[in-house]
Amino acid sequence: MHAIKPLDLSHYDEMLSQHGTRSAYRHFAHWLHQAPFDWLQHKQAEADALFRRVGITFAVYGDESGAERLIPFDTIPRIISASEWKTLEAGCIQRVSALNRFLHDIYHQQEILKAGIIPPEQILTNAGYQLAMQGIDLPRQVYAHIAGVDIIRHSDGGFYVLEDNLRTPSGVSYMLENRKMMMRLFPELFARYDITPVEHYPNLLLDTLRAVAPAEAGNPTVVVLTPGQYNSAYFEHAFLASQMGVELVEGQDLFVKHGHVYMRTTTGAQRVDVIYRRLDDDYLDPLVFNADSMLGVPGLMSVYRQGRVSVCNAVGTGVADDKSIYPYVPEMIRFYLGEEPILHNVPTWQLRKPDDLAYVLEHLAELVVKEVHGAGGYGMLVGPAASRAEIENYRARIVADPANFIAQPTLSLSTCPTFVEAGIAPRHIDLRPFVLSGKKVQLVAGGLTRVALRAGSLVVNSSQGGGTKDTWILQEETAC
Amino acid sequence: MLSRMAECLYWMARNMERAENTARLLDVSLQMSLLHAGSQDDLLVPLDVTGTTGDFLQRQAVPRASDVLHYLALDGETPGSIFNCIRRARENAHVVRVKMSTEMWEQINGTWLEAREWQQSGLDTHTASTFLDWVKQRSHLFRGISYGTMLRNDTFQFSRLGTFIERADNTARILNVKTKQIRDGEPQAENILDYYQWAALLRSVSAFEAFRDTYRDSITPERVAELLILRPDMPRSLRACLDEIDQVLSHIEGQAGRAARRLASEIQARLTYSSIEDIFSQGLEQSLDGLIEDITRLGQVIHHSYLEVV
Repeated sequence: MHAIKPLDLSHYDEMLSQHGTRSAYRHFAHWLHQAPFDWLQHKQAEADALFRRVGITFAVYGDESGAERLIPFDTIPRIISASEWKTLEAGCIQRVSALNRFLHDIYHQQEILKAGIIPPEQILTNAGYQLAMQGIDLPRQVYAHIAGVDIIRHSDGGFYVLEDNLRTPSGVSYMLENRKMMMRLFPELFARYDITPVEHYPNLLLDTLRAVAPAEAGNPTVVVLTPGQYNSAYFEHAFLASQMGVELVEGQDLFVKHGHVYMRTTTGAQRVDVIYRRLDDDYLDPLVFNADSMLGVPGLMSVYRQGRVSVCNAVGTGVADDKSIYPYVPEMIRFYLGEEPILHNVPTWQLRKPDDLAYVLEHLAELVVKEVHGAGGYGMLVGPAASRAEIENYRARIVADPANFIAQPTLSLSTCPTFVEAGIAPRHIDLRPFVLSGKKVQLVAGGLTRVALRAGSLVVNSSQGGGTKDTWILQEETAC
Repeated sequence: MLSRMAECLYWMARNMERAENTARLLDVSLQMSLLHAGSQDDLLVPLDVTGTTGDFLQRQAVPRASDVLHYLALDGETPGSIFNCIRRARENAHVVRVKMSTEMWEQINGTWLEAREWQQSGLDTHTASTFLDWVKQRSHLFRGISYGTMLRNDTFQFSRLGTFIERADNTARILNVKTKQIRDGEPQAENILDYYQWAALLRSVSAFEAFRDTYRDSITPERVAELLILRPDMPRSLRACLDEIDQVLSHIEGQAGRAARRLASEIQARLTYSSIEDIFSQGLEQSLDGLIEDITRLGQVIHHSYLEVV
């Protein structure tokens, strides 16, 4: 028997409420209390050893010693009830549908700009906006085929979308591997709980990719395009290619000839119809974008613009997941779908607006400030956790270029019991479900739960020492 | 299959095979150097076979057993050290892990992790044979797992191709170096030392017991050469390797490899229909030099046909 740290009421805890254990966790909590602590420790060590042996590693930029590091895996699952999932699922589908409508619109008629809902300069001068995509018709009008929606639960118990990842969202391999690991470590829990499976994700992904192939491709050939084995998410690229049974290619494996894309094989050139690329827009085609890129395929964009190859996600999706566009997503949902948003946005100050800027500069110590184009938790200021000097440094950066920043209140991410050195203690978490858009918009019941392993920390990014948990979506309302 | 993937599979297997061959050579050479202390010839054999004598002597004027051991086993600076072979095999495997069974990848990754531990703890004369045995066993495991778990498609074939090209090259080189060493050595009373040299050669390719079983007679250069060049039932002989290569090439899909198949069949036919008398009448050294060239050329043609990104 071991103690679980008492509840702190300043945030929502996924397992414990003021009235005791929440219903989704009832049986799990009982099991956890009975499990001997050294046995749990042993299981945790087993998980680490297995992950290392299988080579599920993650490269961290700028860290020589940890050129290949494990993302810490926590053996205590994050559990979501069936009814909560229903809301999350509907909210994600709604949101991604609207974002795809938005992308199609701004690369065609730009109705939303004409309607005055978003100032045109916000789009047209945005670094993520690709002029080369203007007027190009994509199969099924889908741009973000794979979207990762980052969601947190606030102290009020409600879910809020923190950001939309519409370029090359990663982490889905951990969702799948974490589940496999949990089933291996604790089969008895899976026998007792009715947990919705996630293992068919690669099938859905392949269906999605094939559904957006060029019309002329009868039996489309799909490939995964990776920047190579030194990319931080290489494991995931290889994993998804293998799970879908398609080739994992690098730029050097592809070439353009007679208006089509081919890959070099031991039996000669083979045509490619759909490229699931895990490479940023800038590196895709040195003839159009970054001329120094050795990672891309010269001529790819011309084939793409003629509709003879599909690129997933589409080129130019970055304009929709930019933090300066994020505040408009609820408006997009109303504009394109005529619906009220199911998931909330986090209130956001746009520092390009003088009033917002003035407010934020006065309240830096309370707020979180992020770069508009930032990702991965780099280059942000967490006011309450920052020193005075850090705040002053950051203030200078903001004043130099206010439009490059947004600010949000310091959110109280919910906590979940987590295995730490001292025992089991609450740690802050978020959630990233993966939304697929092809023939229809769908997601597997689950996602990646990231956890900030340092006590009190709110930064869950794996590049900043965050870990992951398995995410259980219960099939029945109450645990059996 | 992607050409780049085929290339990685091919080199993954070559590097594992090379690690094993170097381990065998080191094992036997260290034992031989104990047999007649004071002579450095035996220590130079593994350096000669791996083509690193010059580089080694630049760093160490006098070869000592422990230096040669470190240089070829664990030195991260030696391109052909066992450590670097395993590192490269693992790097190649990392690229093609989507193509291989989970067990296969775990085996190679596990070998690499253990190799790093060996490098940290270092080797001395007491732990050397444990390490060298470990290398051989990991290589056996590599082949065993690939045989036992891999689909018999091009993934398997390119990996096999790497194994047998490397093995053929190694057998020819060992035979060549030893032949020269024995020729240049001083004639010994009743050829006692020659006996040990030929026995060592047999051991370095796991052929000592095979020799006994096959000939039930004394060890002579003709018999050793016949066993290692011409016998189809000796797994590390040139003939056996070429039989495998010929088979493997005929199983690879597509028409891209016609030049490689023709050359492999030519070499294989020559080995099949030659007698050891033919080889000795031409001169063993010249014959071996020719065979090494043939195998090198075959490697180049394979690269050109399948692996090079044109």
